[in-house]
Amino acid sequence: MWTWFYRLASPPSVYALSGRLAPWLLAAAACLIAFGLVDGLAFAPPDYQQGDAFRIVYVHAPSAWLSTFAYMLMAVAGAIALIWRIKIGHAVAAAAAPIGASFTLCTLLSGSLWGKPMWGTFWAWDPRLTSELILLFLYFGVMSLRQAFEDPARGDRAAALLAIVGVVNIPIIKFSVTWWNSLHQGATVARFGKPTMVASMLVPLLVMFAGFMLFFVGVLCVRLRAEVLNRERLATWVREAVAT
Amino acid sequence: MTIGLSQALGLVLRRELLLSLRRPDQLLQPLVFFLIVTTLFPLSLSPELSLLRDMAPGVLWVAALLAALLSLDGLFKADADDGTLEQLVLSGIPLGLIVMAKTLAHWLLSGAALVVISPLVGMALGIPVSAFGTMMLSLALGTLTLSWLGAIGAALTVGLKRGSMLLSLIVLPLAMPLLIFGASATDRAMGGESPAGALYLLGALCVLTTTLAPLAAGAALRITLE
Amino acid sequence: MSVVPVPLAVDRVHVWRGDRHVLRGVGFEVAAGEALHVHGANGTGKTTLLRVVTGLMRPEQGTVSWRGTGIHKDRAAYLAAMTYASHEPALKGELTALENLRFAVGMKRRVTEAELGDALQRVGVAACADLPARVLSAGQRRRVALARVLALRAELWLLDEPFTNLDARGTQLLTELIEEHLAGGGLALIVAHQELRLAATLRRLELAA
Repeated sequence: MWTWFYRLASPPSVYALSGRLAPWLLAAAACLIAFGLVDGLAFAPPDYQQGDAFRIVYVHAPSAWLSTFAYMLMAVAGAIALIWRIKIGHAVAAAAAPIGASFTLCTLLSGSLWGKPMWGTFWAWDPRLTSELILLFLYFGVMSLRQAFEDPARGDRAAALLAIVGVVNIPIIKFSVTWWNSLHQGATVARFGKPTMVASMLVPLLVMFAGFMLFFVGVLCVRLRAEVLNRERLATWVREAVAT
Repeated sequence: MTIGLSQALGLVLRRELLLSLRRPDQLLQPLVFFLIVTTLFPLSLSPELSLLRDMAPGVLWVAALLAALLSLDGLFKADADDGTLEQLVLSGIPLGLIVMAKTLAHWLLSGAALVVISPLVGMALGIPVSAFGTMMLSLALGTLTLSWLGAIGAALTVGLKRGSMLLSLIVLPLAMPLLIFGASATDRAMGGESPAGALYLLGALCVLTTTLAPLAAGAALRITLE
Repeated sequence: MSVVPVPLAVDRVHVWRGDRHVLRGVGFEVAAGEALHVHGANGTGKTTLLRVVTGLMRPEQGTVSWRGTGIHKDRAAYLAAMTYASHEPALKGELTALENLRFAVGMKRRVTEAELGDALQRVGVAACADLPARVLSAGQRRRVALARVLALRAELWLLDEPFTNLDARGTQLLTELIEEHLAGGGLALIVAHQELRLAATLRRLELAA
């Protein structure tokens, strides 16, 4: 049974599979996101407290979720590569990192845009935004560490270990930031009021979640192909694949 | 391995302490750095003790964090440079144990030293004497946790050019929870409230890192020594 | 006929460093009382091969076995049976020669002060025992490193350029020590770019670019 897995995880088959999946995933993602955006921006009712400003949640919430999901995926892929020495894991981790970091950035920017109409400032040390910022630092650390090694194999392994350490820390960081924020309930602290959602608000949100997820996997496939090609550039199958 | 685990730990610990004590100039550096960074704040903000007092827990903790972090760079570097790290690894002593001994020795001479001079800094920032106990306890737990986290970072970056900057980038985000709890404990003690909650959380972090960090740092050493 | 596994067996080891295929299917066996002299031009992977044999580096393909068992399967037994002398003498400058030896040997086995003294005496640096290693000359440091190899009493000696910085007498001393070691049933894997002349069985392995 494991031989089936090892064969599936081999670079040429991953290259071929991700090439076939990517266009479908991205097309489906485009449809879902388009539907979600139109429904969320135009058709969902405005929130009675926040008015139309809450609509940024349709981008903010999925981004936030995916930023954490991508980090966990990166850590798991790295762990698989470290423990069972399945090299494709390193390729997946390396491909996922910049995408996850971009989602984190997107979360921070959308959060900032939400903040302006809500609190009048572009930035506030809200627990969610603060933990996303720390997550961005964690991403930066993993990506920098991978690049810092001359031997890419060592860089992969070091980055994988750091990602695992980071993943253990993420719940701790989130807890501590929430705890910290709850201590200082002064007037200057703002919170993202979670609008109570009715079905007509929830449906576009769920659609956006699904769309973002498909987008993530689709882009991951595209980046993974490039990573695999680069890592295996000396292998004969690469020469053949590139020639066609 | 023909020598016992506790003997091995003791041997490596003695070696580390002996090496550090033979370089007394390096012992003082983190302490002086602590004092210098603390001095930067009144200079850049205000000499008013009443103002400084409000910011004191944060200032104290940031200064301690940076001082402890800067000396962590050398945890494995000297041994890696002269080839003795490989000999340590090949001695059969479990890597986790080697990491524990080195980190404990490092903490005793830097983190614990910071705790000892923290009353001086506390006084300079206007922290009332009544809060000193909590301040020192929280610093002790916090610097120990930081030493463990730093050991992982140091193991990952040993041998890299300009590894010390990368070390700080890696370790500081991981250290943010302990900063939150530690500064909060000191703050509450200053305000006359019970710091117990924050101290317990800090203690929990300390226990967690004491158990897991040697494993992670040992694994990191194995990776970087290849 | 019972098959006794050869003490050290290296089988089809491949190592890549980035894009460079540094070791290409290297394999050999070393029996008790034998020494293998590994030589070749710079950059042909001699040190890499040695580090693979110590287990510090894991090859992408191939195995290294000690008495029939992979060196990573029973790591403790292998580490107890081997000693590695790297290109650097691996001494702490702040510690004296004797202290360096005491820590290095003490980490692997219980050792008496007398044994340490004897080892230093044998390599001719007994007078330097209480001097910090940083004031010793390069040749003296190399000899202290040799004392460590002697005092550890391991079966397998892995030596990387051990003749570096040794004068004529030192070179002769080292040659004698290796011969004694081999005569006693030990094995040695020596990386050296010089010519080696040993009374005992010496095989050569040349690594090419």
